[in-house]
Amino acid sequence: MQSTFERHPENPEIVTVNMGPSHPATHGVLRLVLKLDGERVVKCVPHLGYLHRGMEKIAENRTYLQFIPYTDRMDYLSPLAANVGFALAVEELLGIRVPPRCEVIRVICAELARIGAHLLWLGTHALDLGAATVFFHTFKDREWHYDLIEDLCGARLTTSYTRVGGVMHDVTADWLQKLTEFVDGMPSRIDDYESLLTNNTIWLQRTQGVGKITTEQAVTYGMTGPSLRATGFEYDLRKSRPYSGYENYEFDVPVGQGRFGPIGSCWDRYYVRVEEMRQSVRILRQAIEKLPAEGDVHETVPKRVKPKPGEVYARTEAPRGELGFYIVSDGGLIPMRVKARSPCFVAMSIFREIAKGEMIADMVAIIGSLDIVLGEIDR
Amino acid sequence: MGLQRPALEAKISNLLSIPVVAGAAGALVVFALLPQIAELIREQLSANLSPTMAKLAATAIGVGAVVFLITQLPIFLIWWERKIAAHIQDRLGPMRVGWHGVLQSFADGMKLLFKEDIIADGADRFLFKLAPFLVVMGAFSAFAVLPWADGLVISDLNIGVLYVIAITSFGAIGILMAGWASNNKYALYGGMRSAAQMVSYEIPTAIIILSVVVQVGSLNLQDIIAAQQGGFGDFQNWFIFRAWGLNVIGFVSFFICGLAETNRNPFDIPEAESELVAGYHTEYSGMRFALFFLAEYGSMFFVAGVAVVLFLGGWSGPVFSGPLVFFLKILAIVFVQMWIRWTLPRLRVDQMMALCWKYLIPIAFVVLMGAAVLQVSGG
Repeated sequence: MQSTFERHPENPEIVTVNMGPSHPATHGVLRLVLKLDGERVVKCVPHLGYLHRGMEKIAENRTYLQFIPYTDRMDYLSPLAANVGFALAVEELLGIRVPPRCEVIRVICAELARIGAHLLWLGTHALDLGAATVFFHTFKDREWHYDLIEDLCGARLTTSYTRVGGVMHDVTADWLQKLTEFVDGMPSRIDDYESLLTNNTIWLQRTQGVGKITTEQAVTYGMTGPSLRATGFEYDLRKSRPYSGYENYEFDVPVGQGRFGPIGSCWDRYYVRVEEMRQSVRILRQAIEKLPAEGDVHETVPKRVKPKPGEVYARTEAPRGELGFYIVSDGGLIPMRVKARSPCFVAMSIFREIAKGEMIADMVAIIGSLDIVLGEIDR
Repeated sequence: MGLQRPALEAKISNLLSIPVVAGAAGALVVFALLPQIAELIREQLSANLSPTMAKLAATAIGVGAVVFLITQLPIFLIWWERKIAAHIQDRLGPMRVGWHGVLQSFADGMKLLFKEDIIADGADRFLFKLAPFLVVMGAFSAFAVLPWADGLVISDLNIGVLYVIAITSFGAIGILMAGWASNNKYALYGGMRSAAQMVSYEIPTAIIILSVVVQVGSLNLQDIIAAQQGGFGDFQNWFIFRAWGLNVIGFVSFFICGLAETNRNPFDIPEAESELVAGYHTEYSGMRFALFFLAEYGSMFFVAGVAVVLFLGGWSGPVFSGPLVFFLKILAIVFVQMWIRWTLPRLRVDQMMALCWKYLIPIAFVVLMGAAVLQVSGG
């Protein structure tokens, strides 16, 4: 039998601890092998692949439409965003643009997905740092958002709502009414979360200055999304390369201010995401107004989607960053190659660098603040 | 909407909760009449037995009553905490087993009793089995000096305060032992953290207790209570209202130390589930696991009891005096402990130590010095 403490060749006081793949704070099946000197992390090696389902390979055996359900299961916390991303990629390959009503519906989908994803992130992140109550409150609102999604497409998680050239079906006036209630109710709920966390001394102590990422580091690693913006770098695909008519909406891109401690720390990542929820609510409100009263939600697309030979890389601003789909078509019914660019995978890769020298308790804060979803990392 | 329970099951569990609720109500009545009952028993004993035997029998009955009380208390406290947590978190908590879930703790206890007692391979079997008993012993034997009413205390030690300080640190040995014997790195980390935490927080606790001792001039808990009797509404003389607010600082510091000594949030670092899975009791299951919980709730209640004795007049008034008043005061403090647990995030281990050594110990010394100066100057 192996002894409790495998000795480190140089420093016998260094302990190897296996964190995960089944661990309360690793949010899925992430496995970290930590070398610890007391409470400090000397080395951290992430191990991935426990949730690998070979989705990109599966895509090579499915038609374009058949792959949409698989995108639900990539980032299983914001399936609608992945649906939209994939549909946009195939449409770009086909060279079609969806009708305006459909575009607005897709914006609604993407922003709902963002709110849902951030709600779950906020709850679990707070739970990791010991604030159990925030978790239950965010889950209550997440349930609200799930009810909306269920009304929209009949499923909570496996939405598969988009189609190539449109969406599954139109939204009803009744649903829009419910969405309006959600939009009206959310801001005060977000205030509630903030009152529990933002200026809480313990929360500040646990997050400010912890897991600091500079803009340079983030860009070098290719990080996107809230984690990049938290370093103070304003980069949002919805602004810089608008799709689905995002150029028509008024919203701000929250960036890390470094209000407490150095910029780019866990607190900034927390605050950027909370602000993003507010902005998403703002976009949703505009989308409800902008939704054309009449109009089709489906562009005429041939029954058999058969793009011309070629390749496309389409990217969208998913809740966790830039979600890109790279599709190569050989002119057949099924794609020759599909590659998903996962924002979480990139965020994960920086982990090894910023974890060094932090404490075990901070590891939990860092994992939480980077907001990784293993379903998307492993695919 | 919602799941429907089988009618028979609902009926049975509602019927079963009648004796439990009645028992709890009965216990409160017994509590209120405890001095009279004790007097009755004492009379009977001294009439029928020789003085030595009568004293022995009285002690035995007292010990039996207190052991019964503190083993039954966690049943109530766990249910109560779950209800409090649930209502803080905007949910109902246990509702199924019995009326408003009053039988939940019994069901859980039953489950834990019947669970397999697993001892991990490579664990130090003797120490592993011994550890939970030590923890429980430390938590429960402290009750020996807790005075419930005038003359109603198992052992009226003249150095009761010293006994309290000594016996509460007993748990640290058990926890460290549990962490070591489990042969699990998480458990060892939890045990080490816990030992460090308890040993550190003992210092400010002891100093603050001493500040009260200085004002009373006695180490006996009954004397401390006697010094707080009288005054307006029978609460004017409580130590918390004396010494120009100095004792308020003392009380708050003592309360914080109490949270840390019982490993409650925001100091539940030894069992921080998001970092250390379950800390020192990771490898425990069944009744041994339950023993740690019994001890935790026992010591929560005890620490609250000491706080009440030192600062809130013990069993003496406002207006009424007696065991029931004492009990209710303790429950009020326990409620605050639970409230804090379900509201605040968790501190990091180094921050927890810094709080103790950098802030609480100096504050405790200031309180002690202040009390001494006031005492000498005749304040």
